[in-house]
Amino acid sequence: MAKRIDLKDLNVFYGAFKAVEDVTMTVEPRSVTAFIGPSGCGKSTLLRTLNRMHEVIPGGRIEGSVHLDDDDIYAANVDPVAVRRTVGMVFQRPNPFPTMSIADNVAAGLRLNGLKNKKVLAEKVEASLRSANLWNEVKDRLSKPGAGLSGGQQQRLCIARAIAVEPQVLLMDEPCSALDPISTLAIEDLVTELKSTYTILIVTHNMQQAARVSDRTAFFNLAATGKAGRLIEMDDTQKMFSNPTQRTTEDYVSGRFG
Amino acid sequence: MSVTHMSSDSDLNAWPGSPASGFGHRSRGRTLRNALARAVMWTAFAVAMVPLAWILWSVVSKGGHMLLDSHWWANSQRGITNRIVGGGAVHAIQGTLIQGLVTALMAVPIGVMTAIYLVEYGRGRLAKVVSFTVDILTGIPSIVAALFVYAVWVTAFGFQRVAFAVCLALVLLMIPVVVRSTEEMLKLVPNELREAAYALGVPKWKTIMRIVLPTAFAGIITGVLLGLARIMGETAPLLILGPYTKNIATDLFGGLMPTLPTMINQDRTEVLQPAVDRVWGAAATLILLILALNIAGRLIARYGKLKN
Ligand SMILES: Nc1ncnc2c1ncn2[C@@H]1O[C@H](COP(=O)(O)OP(=O)(O)O)[C@@H](O)[C@H]1O
Ligand SMILES: [Mg+2]
Repeated sequence: MAKRIDLKDLNVFYGAFKAVEDVTMTVEPRSVTAFIGPSGCGKSTLLRTLNRMHEVIPGGRIEGSVHLDDDDIYAANVDPVAVRRTVGMVFQRPNPFPTMSIADNVAAGLRLNGLKNKKVLAEKVEASLRSANLWNEVKDRLSKPGAGLSGGQQQRLCIARAIAVEPQVLLMDEPCSALDPISTLAIEDLVTELKSTYTILIVTHNMQQAARVSDRTAFFNLAATGKAGRLIEMDDTQKMFSNPTQRTTEDYVSGRFG
Repeated sequence: MSVTHMSSDSDLNAWPGSPASGFGHRSRGRTLRNALARAVMWTAFAVAMVPLAWILWSVVSKGGHMLLDSHWWANSQRGITNRIVGGGAVHAIQGTLIQGLVTALMAVPIGVMTAIYLVEYGRGRLAKVVSFTVDILTGIPSIVAALFVYAVWVTAFGFQRVAFAVCLALVLLMIPVVVRSTEEMLKLVPNELREAAYALGVPKWKTIMRIVLPTAFAGIITGVLLGLARIMGETAPLLILGPYTKNIATDLFGGLMPTLPTMINQDRTEVLQPAVDRVWGAAATLILLILALNIAGRLIARYGKLKN
């Protein structure tokens, strides 16, 4: 299922402003890669180019290439909507659909893409909620509004919603930054479980979290505000936190700036 | 609060509002200004309320009793003259409701789709032109809309003055209300919800139809009802395009169709009591109808509001 991701010479723009510059990296399937770096260095921007969400913003465009396995997702004949079905995304703030019940939230992606069979939908809802470690907490109130859950439960609901459409890659943009420590741990455990099925990229500001959940870590930095963010270094997480090659990486992971 | 000894550091640091100076008392100047502002505000409120209360009182006291008569809600004015007590307003109520409904059926789809275009798709010059056009429509006096439709419908096409022509004029007046209120509601839908749907591989138009519109639904309905309340009291298009009749008439394309505003207008110069009573009765009915629409709009806004 999971796919490898290859970025080559990627530049990302907002209109005339270059937000991310010259990123080349490879992400192996069934691994967790953490993106770390100070605010504004382009982590979210880069993440959003991987499912072509970046171009939803007026003026958003890229140079360079992004491959999923051998497919160029920016090739001229590729439908961005299809890319987004393959590359799922979880956002910083939990955003369940307010008009929908818990079950409908999970089923939303399938239903809106044309799956009508009630039995199949119910099965997929249950499987996704189980994968998201949420089934036991919500199985008795599947028809209640999703907005009634706690923040941590809502975020797991959003993860269930994202994996219900069976993506190959899961992008998570600071999925725990709005959550309490216990919910954060629940999500981290979940990420560790999900990595056997998906390629996961997670943006985090929390060094311990990066160290706990990721196999590889990519550190981004920017020379000055208003300049483009760059990939400084990417390596095994263990090495990045104990013995990075770059001085700025060491300063950042040890908390000396950022 | 003495300012005479400036010796210690804490005194030096204490500016009037600083925590170091304690809570103290509100200064007299501020108390005075507060009282003044309050008085001005209440006066303005009273000035706005007095005419409203006055209107309501005169309409209800002069026409309210008509509404208590069951004939009022069951009969038309057919065969009834200004000397005879009796008859009802059913013909006019029906006409007003029919024209309101037909107008809404035309104005709501156009207005909602325009708002969707402006909020979800509109960029660049075309969007600016559309938005500007809506602004212009907002400012059009109803009599101008009526004359415009008259010029097209009667003068250019040579058709009769019929209820449908009235509806066309009302559509022009209702569209900007629907566009603006729907726009506001669509803008209130958090962008995160759209992005969540895109991230699931849902195409944009489907995101709008299945996520954005349902989320904004209650607000859109509220806007429609308020727009309807606004056009149901319009009179100029009716005077120009929709003459009164005392009979029940429901044909949109033939004959006259009576409405509450034209019923009021019909007898407004009468001096005989039965006719005068009917004028005020029709006015009270119209106010009641519009009030009901307004209340329904507010209720939907309150109970259908976005959770979260
Ligand atoms: N919608 C946008 N339009 C224009 N510039 C943006 C937009 N979003 C982010 N940026 C800019 O792009 C740069 C990278 O932002 P972002 O990717 O959000 O950083 P991070 O997630 O690392 O904090 C910043 O300089 C930011 O101001
Ligand atoms: Mg970010």
